[in-house]
Amino acid sequence: MSAIEAIHPAIETREPAFGFWRRSYAMLVKEFIQLRRDRVSFAMIVMIPVMQLLLFGYAINTTPRHLPTAVLIQEDSDLGRSILKAMENTAYFRFTREVHDVAEFDDLLKSGKVLFGVEIPRGFERAVRRGDKPALLVAADATDPIAAGSALGALGALVQTALEHDLHVGDPPDMPFEIRTHARYNPAAESRLNIVPGLVGTILTMTMLIFTALSVTREIERGTMESLLSMPIRPVEVMFGKIIPYVIVGFVQASLIVGIGVLLFGVPILGSVLLLAALTTLFITTNLSIGYTFSTIVQNQLQAMQLSMMFFLPSILLSGFMFPFAGMPVWAQYLGEGLPLTHYVRIVRAIMLKGAGVANLQYDAIALIVLMLVAMTIAVTRFRRTLD
Amino acid sequence: MSTVANHTPDIAIDVHGLSKSFGGREVVHDLSMQVRRGSIYGFLGPNGSGKTTTIRMLCGLLTPDSGNGTCLGYDIRRDADRIKRLVGYMTQRFSLYQDLSVRENLEFVARLYGMPDARGAAREMIARIGLSGREEQLAGNLSGGWKQRLALGACTLPNPKLLLLDEPTAGVDPKARRDFWNEIHTLAAEGLTVLVSTHYMDEAERCHEIAYIAYGHLLAHGTVEEVIAGSALSTYTVTGDDLNGLGDELAGKAGIDMVAPFGTSLHVSGRDKAALDATVAAYRGDPRWHWQDSEPSLEDVFIDLMGRSKDNFQG
Repeated sequence: MSAIEAIHPAIETREPAFGFWRRSYAMLVKEFIQLRRDRVSFAMIVMIPVMQLLLFGYAINTTPRHLPTAVLIQEDSDLGRSILKAMENTAYFRFTREVHDVAEFDDLLKSGKVLFGVEIPRGFERAVRRGDKPALLVAADATDPIAAGSALGALGALVQTALEHDLHVGDPPDMPFEIRTHARYNPAAESRLNIVPGLVGTILTMTMLIFTALSVTREIERGTMESLLSMPIRPVEVMFGKIIPYVIVGFVQASLIVGIGVLLFGVPILGSVLLLAALTTLFITTNLSIGYTFSTIVQNQLQAMQLSMMFFLPSILLSGFMFPFAGMPVWAQYLGEGLPLTHYVRIVRAIMLKGAGVANLQYDAIALIVLMLVAMTIAVTRFRRTLD
Repeated sequence: MSTVANHTPDIAIDVHGLSKSFGGREVVHDLSMQVRRGSIYGFLGPNGSGKTTTIRMLCGLLTPDSGNGTCLGYDIRRDADRIKRLVGYMTQRFSLYQDLSVRENLEFVARLYGMPDARGAAREMIARIGLSGREEQLAGNLSGGWKQRLALGACTLPNPKLLLLDEPTAGVDPKARRDFWNEIHTLAAEGLTVLVSTHYMDEAERCHEIAYIAYGHLLAHGTVEEVIAGSALSTYTVTGDDLNGLGDELAGKAGIDMVAPFGTSLHVSGRDKAALDATVAAYRGDPRWHWQDSEPSLEDVFIDLMGRSKDNFQG
């Protein structure tokens, strides 16, 4: 040391000029080089804001229109037709199904296939002409107060509109019939009743995806994959071994959220707890399979996190958790059908708030199974058995 | 495949013409080798010479671009699953779970191979590799030597017929290295075939047979004596004053292919004995140095092979 100091007495120890800036600059150059090498991160810098903007800008609509509505027509009359026409003209209602009895109504509302049901009772027109002031029934699925609210509000002015065209009976200073709305499932329009069940699905999506999205890349990054691949284990076995523990973890987590929802927020569970548990487990497994698939596609843990983020974002926006599903444009609804959260949000709201049973939820349960199997198939075929 | 038909029970590894490229760069070129059952086969060569790639092709972790062969009688292309059951592969970098304990790592391996009593097998192996008392220590917290023992324990646990060890003693102290080799010899005596890659010349001399690979080409193979004899290298060992000066002076002269200092002596070697002698004759009379005719060391031979292969394959 003394020899070095003797040769370069000052240079070795003196702080160089602009030392702070030089060292910061060295670090900055290095970071830029690494960022440039990481193509996926680079893509994310562009993809995430663009995706958010497009989804928020085009897909999301907080005053949704053209909501699916079922009609039960007990009598065919001019008045009935003009009332329906007037409803459609408000642009809030879109008649998608015609039913033949009240039970069918209930099923459609419970399964979430329609948001409204309109019933024109038998003898309606005659009752109007007699001045009996009969009631036109509009039942609404009010689990999502935003989706139902503005449409129900538009019904008030409807009677007038319908009358202008068709009703030439007497002089109506007061209304010749009334519209009786029935906001079902969440009559007080409490948004927590809608949010809490949806949160179960949102939280599970976030945590489950990340658990498995990191699992294969972690083995590769830590170097343990080389050992694992040299041993006689098959891709399906690796997958099951990595998914099953987290099914249990996810189940505990789901119980916790539902428990808090019931105890602290007073959210009811009107349907079967067992059915809720079974379908929640299915949803957890579907998410874990998708996370695991990500993990077989990406190169490292950072990319796994980014891909999970890319999946999580549209899940929140397009699933109907935050914004009314029925209010989205058709293309966004198709995208939404490909996300497990969409189906689970329907399932969990239907079971907890509407008391729906298996029969109401078949479609969404099957959709979850299909998504799970697709993810698993991709994962098993993508899993590289060699280091090539 | 003819290689399957030709397979004889006393050959553990029998491969022909293996080649493998990564991104257009050929890492292993037309490699053929035979390893006898129960022997310790040393695999030598500089870094990046294709040793690891070759080992990975033997145990089914990489698919060769061309070539074929058998490992324990099973086709390396088609029967990778069967080969994996019979082969223990110890990777160059520690690849067991750092966040599992010694016992948990061994039990994992035992269960994965479907051993009937995984706990018992792990317990026995812990005693055998001398890790008793450290069972519950996390693998990541073990020192280099202990990690290496654990890795060897894990790959011998399912009673393999063939061990592939990729630079198992890199970064391990001399005592641990010696113990390790004693263990390898014990295993070989029990009938296990061992293929071990290494950089250390003293380890090469502990092998029954060796192969030297550089730039993806297998350059020499046989027993240590055969490889040295096959090199046709003539060597003088020089002792005396100012060996550095002498070395600088000799390097590059006609007939002198290699000058290498060995402690207090200098090895001067050439492939053409007559040319070497002609050049050396001018210095032999100098009283400052003592010249002695000697055998080239294995290291001399390898450095010479490497130098020549560089000329041939790297242009």
